[in-house]
Amino acid sequence: MNKQLIELRVNGRTHELAVQPNALLLDVLRNELALTGSKCGCDDSSCGACTVQLDGVAMLACTMLAASFQGCEITTVEGIADGGGLAALQKAYGDFGGSQCGYCTPGFMMTVHGLLASNPDPTDEEIRAALSSNLCRCTGYSQMYQAIRAVIEAEHAHRQKEIAAR
Amino acid sequence: MSEYSVIGKSIAMVDSAGKSTGAGKYTDDLRVTGMLVGRILHSPYPHAMIRRIDTSKARALVGVVAVVTGEDAPNQYGILPVGHDETALAVGKVRYVGDNVACVAAVSEEIADRALELIEVEYEPLPAYFDPEQSMKAERDLIHENRPNNIEKDYHHVFGDPEKGFEEADYVAEARYIANEVTHAAMEPHSTLASFEIDPQTGKQGRLTVWSSTQVPYYLQHKLSLVLELPMSQIRVIKPLVGGGFGGKSEIIPLEIIAAVTARAANAPVKITYTREEVFWAHRGRPRTIVDLKTGVKNDGRITAVACKVIQDGGAYCSYGVVTILYSGALLGALYDIPNIRYDGYRVLTNKPACGAMRGHGTVNVRFAFESQMDEIAAKLGLDPAEMRRINLLKPPTVTVNGLRVLSYGLPECVEQVVTRSRWNERRGKLPKGRGLGMACSHYVSGAANSIIRSDMPHSTVNLKIDRDGGVVVYTGAAEIGQGSDTMTAQIVAEVLGCSLSRVKVIAADTDLTPIDLGSYSSRVTFMSGNAALRAAEEVKKNIVSAAAQRMECSPENVMMAEDRVWKRGTELVCAHEEVASGHVDGQILRGSVLQKRKDEAVKQQMSFEEAVVAAIDFHGGLTGTGSYAPPVEARGGKHKGAGVGPSPAYSYSAQVAEVSVDEETGVVTIHKIWAAHDCGRALNPVAVEGQVIGSVWMGLGQAMQEEMVWKDGLVMNPGLLEYRSPSSVESPEIECIIVESVDPEGPFGAKEAGEGSLAATIPAISNAIYDAVGVRLREAPFTPERVLAAVRAKHGAKKIEMTEGVDPTEPKTFREHGGSLWYRGRGPERHAEDPARKAVTAGGAQ
Repeated sequence: MNKQLIELRVNGRTHELAVQPNALLLDVLRNELALTGSKCGCDDSSCGACTVQLDGVAMLACTMLAASFQGCEITTVEGIADGGGLAALQKAYGDFGGSQCGYCTPGFMMTVHGLLASNPDPTDEEIRAALSSNLCRCTGYSQMYQAIRAVIEAEHAHRQKEIAAR
Repeated sequence: MSEYSVIGKSIAMVDSAGKSTGAGKYTDDLRVTGMLVGRILHSPYPHAMIRRIDTSKARALVGVVAVVTGEDAPNQYGILPVGHDETALAVGKVRYVGDNVACVAAVSEEIADRALELIEVEYEPLPAYFDPEQSMKAERDLIHENRPNNIEKDYHHVFGDPEKGFEEADYVAEARYIANEVTHAAMEPHSTLASFEIDPQTGKQGRLTVWSSTQVPYYLQHKLSLVLELPMSQIRVIKPLVGGGFGGKSEIIPLEIIAAVTARAANAPVKITYTREEVFWAHRGRPRTIVDLKTGVKNDGRITAVACKVIQDGGAYCSYGVVTILYSGALLGALYDIPNIRYDGYRVLTNKPACGAMRGHGTVNVRFAFESQMDEIAAKLGLDPAEMRRINLLKPPTVTVNGLRVLSYGLPECVEQVVTRSRWNERRGKLPKGRGLGMACSHYVSGAANSIIRSDMPHSTVNLKIDRDGGVVVYTGAAEIGQGSDTMTAQIVAEVLGCSLSRVKVIAADTDLTPIDLGSYSSRVTFMSGNAALRAAEEVKKNIVSAAAQRMECSPENVMMAEDRVWKRGTELVCAHEEVASGHVDGQILRGSVLQKRKDEAVKQQMSFEEAVVAAIDFHGGLTGTGSYAPPVEARGGKHKGAGVGPSPAYSYSAQVAEVSVDEETGVVTIHKIWAAHDCGRALNPVAVEGQVIGSVWMGLGQAMQEEMVWKDGLVMNPGLLEYRSPSSVESPEIECIIVESVDPEGPFGAKEAGEGSLAATIPAISNAIYDAVGVRLREAPFTPERVLAAVRAKHGAKKIEMTEGVDPTEPKTFREHGGSLWYRGRGPERHAEDPARKAVTAGGAQ
């Protein structure tokens, strides 16, 4: 199969790439762009370790063709840090034990980041439902909830302070 | 202020930032120049002779660099010295669907896959064995010629006088329990990258470097050396981040050897990463197990004797099997006081992927049977299950009847904690219909007191280097697999040296750089590697203290070290922390300025950590330390055959209560909450201990409720994460972890195991809760809706259901043909043309 030239916009940067029409987005991110944060855990969209955001929506990069996403804003785990430091969610996952082996963590980052962007004050049930797209084999998810709750509460406190300051 | 400044506090793992940013590198994230992709050809037959392999067409394909088969590396290896029965690729015979036949190295995955299709293999199918009880009767077509009746190993142990014990009993319970097969399903599929260097002297292929997702870098180095006939010193194994192990990476997985053999043939680096399906074939999980258990008790609940027969369906190779079957018997001891034990264990070979070590190695399925039977006895005798456990507690310090030494023993407190937290006394028996509480206990070793390769050498060694910059570098062979081993090491060193955690850098699991450590298995790292780190740091501390004592003109006993400061006992700390901590010596250290030296030589009351380090280097000429740990002789167990497995320097303890409700119409069980109290000696990093305990309980919950490998004629029918069904967030209830600290006299700061011991109690806690809820005693795990429903219907005398083939899971007799209940009446779907059952019908066998 002949390669074709495509343009992908990833984490705010545009890349011109020659890829096969059947190349998966995950493989292109990992092999062509060396963005190895997105992981392959299952090959078949079972586990969510490859979760990225396409125009802000969490999607599974292991079952999507790279060539289909020209013109999209693709965000990977490498693109959600806060400047040079950890985003609040990334920090909280460390502090509360949300990741152990860490292989699933990038996928969870993208899922939870997407959830909080669209729903800043989710109920426990909504968090649980959102997380069900991703599998973790170490934590039993418990400490992830603590991490996510802490981030939401910190954000809430921050907003309250801003309102008070006005 | 707490007694300690670094340990005992919940801190983020030292490698956590790389995990949440994606910067951390796992093996499959690595690439080296000229790297090829390796893909493996697997056997479509469960048991067959290989009559011919023709790789010429594959070799001719453009882009293929090498094709290797069994003949390219025929040396046998295995994780246990008694079980060297594997080869890199099959030599003459395949033994399970998924066995490794050939490997192709090519410039791309696509070409490698195409080449696999061009390899011609002629098989001659042999009768295959799938059921261990059938396999044990085999007289011909043995899976391994040197294993009569396909029995890998059997043990027959008698401790005390079981006959007398049963005679003295007022009541004897006896039943068969069956636990189906589960696997680790770690999120990271196994991956290995192997690369040879050219030797500058000979100009030929020289040293080998292997990056691999392993829990045991040093065993890998050893087995590579056996197969490749290369000295260990010529092999460097590096363990990058590992995406979970749970035992599935605690031995040599075929791809690790195959990658090296293929790289040798290709004269180029080769990386192999398993697909998820290949991970299921590599397996090494918990074998499906039949437990025939008999317990004798007095009317007050005191156990007088236990007789236990265990049959494990071990799969096609030994793997850790001999150890697994020994653990199943040995760890009948050390939880409760059992005066008389008879144990008969059979590890049986079958034509299925090899089983090996999995979290709670060897103990889990027996513990399911044991704790279930205790609950049955308590019900029979009208005892409170908590009281039944209290009356059988050990009285430590003690040595059990089968030779296990128990010092710290937090089980009594664990039981009390879960009784209190779950409001057991107030609520048990008073819950609404269909809702129940169940209790169970478990324990596990803090590392094996005897190493796999018997030796008196240390099990762990840690080196420390402290240079003039005041940075502390720890070299440890311990394998961080997400459990927090690097963090634990850094904490212990920082605590002993009285320095901040940020000074400590951990270099781990690189056989060229780090001293030997046996690896991350049997929950040994905190206890053994932690003790080695403690000793290395104490050696360094001694040298810093002696130099500082001279500089401060006091006796070494009066030198205090904490929080990056060194001071003379009794002197008030006049300076703010920041002022003392650094700045005095920067820039001057390397030049060794005479002026600075004079300044530093003045008598001091206190020093920064850097100043003390520079003083020590000045005084001693260097500052390094080494610490090692070997378990004490007293902890190494008895003298009987097989006594090497089971003894540990310390045991962890766990008690759990599960609250469930059961829908009698559908058989669906809902877990509402699990209270888990775990005695980890001392929690060095409480958030990590909680993570380990919750993770263990949760994994036990998966085995209890939904996980099982389903087989059809040796083919695993559910080799995907959705089909295998490890619990997702919506299926995971709240787990409350209660840490109990018994402070072990030999553990580092009193710490012991935290990562495995809780798993085993979860399964029986749930089955006991189901019994409390609806009065059915499930003796076959997992407790899937169809099994629960079948049990409930059998109790009411209702019509049997087809989904369990009419079997009542309260009285299971054998493994059903296809393992679980998903495929019944032998009507498994034919997944692809290579399905052996279909092959036999359509092609008469030969390909």
